[in-house]
Amino acid sequence: MEARRVSVQGARVNGASLPRWRLTLVVDPTSCDGRGVCAELFPERVTMDRWGYPIIDDEEIPLVLSDHARRAVAACPRLALHLVERRR
Amino acid sequence: MRARLASSTATLSQAPAFPRLLSALESPDSVVDLEAHLAHWGALPLRSARSTLLDELDSSGLRGHGGAWFPVGKKWRGIRDGSRRPVVVANGSESEPASRKDAFLLTHSPHLVLDGASLAAATLDAHRVVVFVPLRHVDCVSRCIQARNRSGIDPVKIEVIAAADAYLSGQETAVVHALNDGAAVPTFVGLQSIRERGVRGRPTLVQNVESLAHVAMISRYGGQWFRSVGTADSLGTMLVTITGRRAEPVVVEAPLGVAFRDLLHLATEDTHRYWGALLGGYGGGWLPLSLILEGNLSEEWARQQNSSLGAGVIALLPRSCCPLAEVARVVRYMEQQGAGQCGPCRFGLADIAGHLELLAFRPDSFSGRFPPILELCNLIDGRGACRHPDGVARFVRTALTVFQDDVDRHFRRGPCDAVNRPAYLPTPSPNGWSR
Repeated sequence: MEARRVSVQGARVNGASLPRWRLTLVVDPTSCDGRGVCAELFPERVTMDRWGYPIIDDEEIPLVLSDHARRAVAACPRLALHLVERRR
Repeated sequence: MRARLASSTATLSQAPAFPRLLSALESPDSVVDLEAHLAHWGALPLRSARSTLLDELDSSGLRGHGGAWFPVGKKWRGIRDGSRRPVVVANGSESEPASRKDAFLLTHSPHLVLDGASLAAATLDAHRVVVFVPLRHVDCVSRCIQARNRSGIDPVKIEVIAAADAYLSGQETAVVHALNDGAAVPTFVGLQSIRERGVRGRPTLVQNVESLAHVAMISRYGGQWFRSVGTADSLGTMLVTITGRRAEPVVVEAPLGVAFRDLLHLATEDTHRYWGALLGGYGGGWLPLSLILEGNLSEEWARQQNSSLGAGVIALLPRSCCPLAEVARVVRYMEQQGAGQCGPCRFGLADIAGHLELLAFRPDSFSGRFPPILELCNLIDGRGACRHPDGVARFVRTALTVFQDDVDRHFRRGPCDAVNRPAYLPTPSPNGWSR
């Protein structure tokens, strides 16, 4: 599946206006320490497992939620959370 | 074109029918040196490698025999189309404790592997070629390369690098990490695979040594010859390591599609002798013996049963063992062999191993509530940088189904009589990286 990374500050609007791409989150599990910031900032797509590590819902992030997603990515103290666009 | 056709039919007439990979071995103990290798297989067809080998690989239907079962032609094309000259790694690290087939090939027919590495280098115009094998094989492989250099066989210099004796050292991102002067632990590749960006940022081919040996034969006899044996999706032959039929594990070459009944010399009454069989390796799946008796050696059949041929491990578990104790020991081994990098795998495997050990040896400690082993398997599945947790989840899930009677017996009536017998499945003492 084709995918590309989206920068947090990226000016380009995400998948909502690009019909062939969908915006999702990816966590790098080797960097993640389970600090829990993402689950707190973006509960719409991130929940925590019993050990405090994030479980990412792969469902597309709509435009109205994309700012929250970006905030969660920017706030990760381990820089383990990434926004990606995947080819539909 | 006519000349090529003529020459390919000439070699086809000398093509081995069966066995293939092991056809140059005069006895199971013989070692095929360079002279015998060239006499049996003929010269390395490097010229045709550059022009036609990719097409032959596509038509052969060869898939990777390291466990992932990915089409080899497709993998090579992806690497050839990369932006820089690639690195080729012949992966012989074989860290599955129940697998011996790569060691067997490297010991008895090493030049077939080196032929394959050389062909990959020529086809992909490689910048660097590395043979990645456990330390105990380094001397033997180096001597083979020296012999080849004296005859001027390989178009590129082939390096030998020692792999750590750890379960994950052969995982492809761990191989790349090790060659980049890091520890042999997997890395998170995210969106870009090592086929695009691997050793020193170059596109990297990590190919199992047995797959490369098949390539060496395809380069000589063509893709159509290769696919004259096999099923619709599992073509050619395969080296398998069979545990449980003899005192020691044996490596045999088997035509894909062969009935397990014939391959393992099993009869219906053997259901009384064995609980079942593990297919693939410690990341594979258990099958009851009744199902094995109906099945055949093909990846499509194995996947239908939630298992995989993986690295070709077939381990029959005798009724004299306690399957739960065996499973608990293997899962603890897999937990200790984890790289400890990803939280869900690190904590999940430790919890699953702990529950299984209690279930096997101290089942009264649950006070009537069955431990949440399946929930934990579902929770860790797909959440690591590599597929280590997914493999353990599959191993445990299938074990709980196939050994349900033994699990119930432990849970309701306490440990079975066999629980303290010595371990049957090998779990080498952990000597990898320290956490």
